[in-house]
Amino acid sequence: MDWNLLITQLMNGLQLGLLLFLLASGLTLIFGIMDFINLSHGSFYMVGAYFCGTIVAKTGSFVLGILFGLVGVFIVGALVEWFIARKLYRSDHLDHVLVTFGLILIFDTLVHMIWGASGMAIPLPDVLNGQVSIGTLVLPTYRLLIIAAGLGVAAFLYVLVTRTRLGMLIRAGASNRTMVEALGVNINRLFLIVFAIGASMAGLAGMLIAPITEASIGMGNDIIIIAFVVVIVGGIGSVKGAFYAGLIIGLIDTLSRSYLDDVLALSIPIEYAETAAPAISAMMVYILMAVVLAFRPQGLFPPAGAR
Amino acid sequence: MSDAILDIEGLHKNFGGVVATENVNLSVERGEIHAIIGPNGAGKTTLIAQLSGQLRPNSGSIRFEGRDITTLSMASRARAGLARSFQITSVILPMTLLENVMLAVQGTSGHSFGFWSPVREDGKMTDAAMESLTRVGLDNRADQLAGSVSHGEQRQLEVAITLAMNPRLLLLDEPMAGMGKEETGHMVEILKALKGDKSILLVEHDMDAVFNMADRLSVLVNGHIIATDTVENIRNNAEVQRAYLGDEHA
Amino acid sequence: MQLLSTRRGLFYTALLVFLAIAPWVFQWIDQPFYLDLLSRALILGIAAVSLNLILGYGGMVSLGHAAYIGIGAYCVGIPAYYDFYSGWLHIGLALSVSAVFALITGAICLRTKGVYFIMITMAFSQMVYYTFLSLEEYGADDGLVIYLRSEFPTWLSMDGAFSLYYWILGVLLLSLYFVHRLIHARFGRVIVGAKFNELRLQSLGVNTYRYRLTCYVISAMICSLAGVLLGNFTSFISPEMMGWTRSGELIFMVIMGGVSTVLGPLLGTISFVLLEEWLAAITVYWHLIFGVLLVVLVLYGKGGLDGLLGLMDRGKKSS
Repeated sequence: MDWNLLITQLMNGLQLGLLLFLLASGLTLIFGIMDFINLSHGSFYMVGAYFCGTIVAKTGSFVLGILFGLVGVFIVGALVEWFIARKLYRSDHLDHVLVTFGLILIFDTLVHMIWGASGMAIPLPDVLNGQVSIGTLVLPTYRLLIIAAGLGVAAFLYVLVTRTRLGMLIRAGASNRTMVEALGVNINRLFLIVFAIGASMAGLAGMLIAPITEASIGMGNDIIIIAFVVVIVGGIGSVKGAFYAGLIIGLIDTLSRSYLDDVLALSIPIEYAETAAPAISAMMVYILMAVVLAFRPQGLFPPAGAR
Repeated sequence: MSDAILDIEGLHKNFGGVVATENVNLSVERGEIHAIIGPNGAGKTTLIAQLSGQLRPNSGSIRFEGRDITTLSMASRARAGLARSFQITSVILPMTLLENVMLAVQGTSGHSFGFWSPVREDGKMTDAAMESLTRVGLDNRADQLAGSVSHGEQRQLEVAITLAMNPRLLLLDEPMAGMGKEETGHMVEILKALKGDKSILLVEHDMDAVFNMADRLSVLVNGHIIATDTVENIRNNAEVQRAYLGDEHA
Repeated sequence: MQLLSTRRGLFYTALLVFLAIAPWVFQWIDQPFYLDLLSRALILGIAAVSLNLILGYGGMVSLGHAAYIGIGAYCVGIPAYYDFYSGWLHIGLALSVSAVFALITGAICLRTKGVYFIMITMAFSQMVYYTFLSLEEYGADDGLVIYLRSEFPTWLSMDGAFSLYYWILGVLLLSLYFVHRLIHARFGRVIVGAKFNELRLQSLGVNTYRYRLTCYVISAMICSLAGVLLGNFTSFISPEMMGWTRSGELIFMVIMGGVSTVLGPLLGTISFVLLEEWLAAITVYWHLIFGVLLVVLVLYGKGGLDGLLGLMDRGKKSS
């Protein structure tokens, strides 16, 4: 077995898992607290990438790109909450689906109008473009940075949720919404902040991935489904659940794509294994979801005290 | 004991650390109206929920006509002859009264895998539904939408629905909730007329109505039954006075 | 149905008459392209009718219905790839594969409610999408070309634009009639009742889970027929036709036409396809208009186009 390859794949899985966590943490809070299904959460991912790319192109600074990008997506998220989502918290889920589906169309077209139909590449500073070697192992610096950033945000969210007053309200809201309202908290402001922070997290994920894949229209529409799966597997409303489920799903998806054919070849002829493996690994994440739902319908780490 | 239609033994239910009902023993005789009274939060609705199958007790047993139904689903209990009404009116508002009652007839008469014949043209079902509506005095409103009739009439419809299931025991969760004096009087008449034909276990806050129609009463306080007796004896029971009536009438 | 006594009834009667003679009309005005457009709209109409059964009548918001269009289409494409062209085989395969897949996934989805149900239906449809995307043998994202239409006895042949159109219309009318019967039969009453109050239905002795699951399977099977027809119509199939945004569009069509009315979804798909064609000719940014339309429709326009027709009738009565 090629150990270097295995470690590289593990790093890739970790990276995907952390990006999924960034997307899912916002989603899960918005579901858990507002009971609002936001299909257009992936649009924040896309918008973040384009904001960042534009600033990098103007200033040449990746750090500035991230900072301004975060602020930009925060504002966009707040606007969406203020003008649209807020009006829908009390309507049924079908309305959420329709409106946020409409928002996807709107965001995709606006990006098309502003930045054009072709994607936008985001150049990395030289420092980040290099590689780090540890013994015989050679790892791209930027991927390590993504992992570090993902872990950093996870730690930040952990502190935010467990150590601050805002976090206390968020936790209370995720498990029992009426209680928070009864406490006389300004619920509108709480919702606004949660929504906008969630949007920024998704935007950050988009900014981090864009230098590798480039920013493109509809880039959020595929990954958002896997983020949904992460939310379901982790347990709606649970940031901790989103973290672990993100990592589990990121690793399973990456590793099954690279190793499933070898594993299958142990029991069936290699030519069948090579045909079947891609299809099965494509289903892997969803099968995991089905299994979790069958045994723990409330997810792996439901928020404490949730129904 | 000999002629009990419903026998409850040692029923216990807690939510986490909160005890809702504790060691509840109760039996309902065939043909009687048995009322459960008790202050708010005593566990009355939780008890009804366990009897109807909406909640599963932590321990204890429920026997209906001698058969253990503790683990049966709500739907199976309904088919076995135990019908419940809801405290919060839960008739289907966008359907007509007749359609509401017909659903009840349908639910307890065989399966619903009929894909082709319209139910409206099934004379047997419409007749059965109309009969129930007549018993609660709503036959002249059969084709109105449930959402367009008064609250009192919706409560009557709720009773018609339970009757249409052709049950032997009715579980009524606050049938007079939110009703005016006149409407309450009307409901008492409807229920009294069923006495002897159906057994009824009901939870109710309106003491006058309860004293007027019930044969026996059970008093539930903090999840415990503290007394079960005839209306006369309960009225004179010192413990009940203290624990319950005293609180309200003091 | 009082077909001729209300404006809504008149409108739908006129629509059905038009659909019956449309190919001849388009031939007469020498616009064969319109027949293509209408065929496509009616195929989507079948899918919308099937979605309306669970979404409109049953209150089950499935965001994964396009998967069944895809399954139906691949049940034509894959046999055709191996030179099996029997139409009965295609239809039988589509009905059974979609039924089995709906039974398995529905059994899982229907244990859940609300946002869970929406996300899980979406996730399973995406699973189908990625599975076909990874099947190199069947073209992966390049798709499959179908060289011949499904074969039927001569009198039922699908060859030629006219015959295919009447096939589509036939399947559409049959599905509409079937759904209409279903909804007023015992089965449908339970489905509609459970939409409004599932607990109540259970208290009446109805095991709602079994009925909803059956309903979900029936809907998937009808939808797979739309896929069979779409495969024959486009002669080309690819995973792209079952991406989740397709499912979103289907919901849009159903809502635009008016949920839980028999003919509303048909009205919705025809309007959607025409609007799409018209807007796309005007601007490349037509998706923006659709998006805004959706937001406005939900925030301000309940009842869809069918509701609008109903409003006209009410207006007539009051004036």
